[in-house]
Amino acid sequence: MAEPEHGVSRDDVKKIARLARLHVEDSQCGAIADDLNGILAWIEQLGEVNVEGVEPMTSAVDMRAPMRPDIVTAGGIRDQILANAPKAEDGFFVVPRSVE
Amino acid sequence: MTFIAPRVADKKDWLSGETGDWELIIGLEVHAQVASKAKLFSGAPTEFGAEPNTQVSLVDAGLPGMLPVVNEFCVEQAVRTGLGLNAQINKFSRFDRKNYFYVDLPQGYQISQFEFPVVGEGEIEITPEGGEPVSVGIERLHLEQDAGKSIHDLSPDETYVDLNRSGVALMEIVSKPDMRSAAEASAYVDALRQIVRALGTCDGDMEKGNLRADVNVSVRRPGGELGTRCEIKNVNSLRFIRQAIHYEARRHIEILEAGGSIDQETRLFDNVKGETRTMRSKEDAHDYRYFPDPDLLPLELTDDFIAKIKADLPELPEARKARFVEQYGVPAYDAGVLTADKATGDYFEAVATGRDAKIASNWMMGELFGALNNAETDLADSPISADALGGLIDRIADKTISGKIAKDVFGKMFAGEGTADEIIERDGLKQVTDMGAIEGFVDEVIAANPDQVEKAKQNPKLLGFFVGQVMKKSQGKANPQAVNELLRQKLGL
Repeated sequence: MAEPEHGVSRDDVKKIARLARLHVEDSQCGAIADDLNGILAWIEQLGEVNVEGVEPMTSAVDMRAPMRPDIVTAGGIRDQILANAPKAEDGFFVVPRSVE
Repeated sequence: MTFIAPRVADKKDWLSGETGDWELIIGLEVHAQVASKAKLFSGAPTEFGAEPNTQVSLVDAGLPGMLPVVNEFCVEQAVRTGLGLNAQINKFSRFDRKNYFYVDLPQGYQISQFEFPVVGEGEIEITPEGGEPVSVGIERLHLEQDAGKSIHDLSPDETYVDLNRSGVALMEIVSKPDMRSAAEASAYVDALRQIVRALGTCDGDMEKGNLRADVNVSVRRPGGELGTRCEIKNVNSLRFIRQAIHYEARRHIEILEAGGSIDQETRLFDNVKGETRTMRSKEDAHDYRYFPDPDLLPLELTDDFIAKIKADLPELPEARKARFVEQYGVPAYDAGVLTADKATGDYFEAVATGRDAKIASNWMMGELFGALNNAETDLADSPISADALGGLIDRIADKTISGKIAKDVFGKMFAGEGTADEIIERDGLKQVTDMGAIEGFVDEVIAANPDQVEKAKQNPKLLGFFVGQVMKKSQGKANPQAVNELLRQKLGL
């Protein structure tokens, strides 16, 4: 499939992969772009539905957000929080240095 | 977003370069931590200074399957602050995910509000030091999560991460680019700080980072085309804000005058060196790919919810300042100082009620603030209560003591020696108003200084010498007015 004018290009795939920290081989980018364009074209069919006068939806559930009172109900579980950390020390997560 | 910046700075605020004058354009994004007990979307505590990772819930740690539920108190505080900023409250708002990767962001995204913030446009009035009041537009206020804290100096090749702050509620308050000098920018942050403190929505503690600013700076020819801006991140004191702006403005002017151009970028302020430097970031670090958070339903506020908050709003600093000028007749400058925070205003009103308000204000701004300053303490820890200061002023008003003696009494009160009445009684400071006794002092002084008496008849200015002598004899207790009158009479002046 040729790259559509307003569709996803190989460069878009590379950029989205980089932003999502996904490793994608250059050789795969074309195929992934084709797949994504296919999916988008399928979803495009929704454009045929007449939505005049319909508010954009944020959620499929017709209710407002439930809220919770300002009460402390959690915390104090450091051992559990750190349990899956590859490395922890003095109560901190320890990760490879994040600044130069 | 297109910015328009119609107001041209006062000429005194123009910056002169090699090739002519420049004008500063400043906009601020202030992050104010909501004074809530629990986090924005979890029940973990927000208290400052806890042991690392002890205030973290499974939601804050970004573990799979956890669902955020919004804290109602935080929503109320955002609305309250919006009302305090004279801003539009949006009954419909929505939470979005701002996606980026960083070691102290376990979810891989920050829950924020992008397209539909809870508070829209508003406006506040600020008064920069030594300047005229300026109106500053508010673009929006939205709720978002804070990130965790990365510590880079515990190990040379590792970063230590504490998630206690992860998920704490922040209000991001975005101004319009309406400020034209460093003084205006710092006055704006100070005004915001006073407003959130008066409202009780944020404690305004800049040292703890509970209120911090991202400063957007650009320069242009006065009234001309807008220049490219740079954003200086996370500046946490009014002084640093001013320093960062001065440095950044000079940097822009130097580059532009040398024929260069400004790169739009994010910079850091180094408060040790007093300069800003670039945060070397990847070119697409700002591509946050916002989308509505599918874990959260939209926030829909009822009129009733907003009305209840509105009914409960306290008097804000600007309104209180205007009332102090109107009701108590104190000068605008004094009213500004007295309303800088709630406790100071309350103290003043307690002293001024039923007394001469100008005298009350003078005693507070002069003696009291001076003494507190010297003792390196503040009003909250003042050894003299509002009632006690009022008691002292009452003794001046009923002429029990003179203003001069009152200052000595004040010193003793400040040292904790008792109330004004106790000290006056103990030290026998009651003013002498008995004319017979005063006349005795006057006669003694005249008899002792015949030469001066002759001179005074030629030069009435010497009256002051006699007044001084009489006051000395009475140990400062003679009523100065009575002394003056008697001396004039006896010296024939």
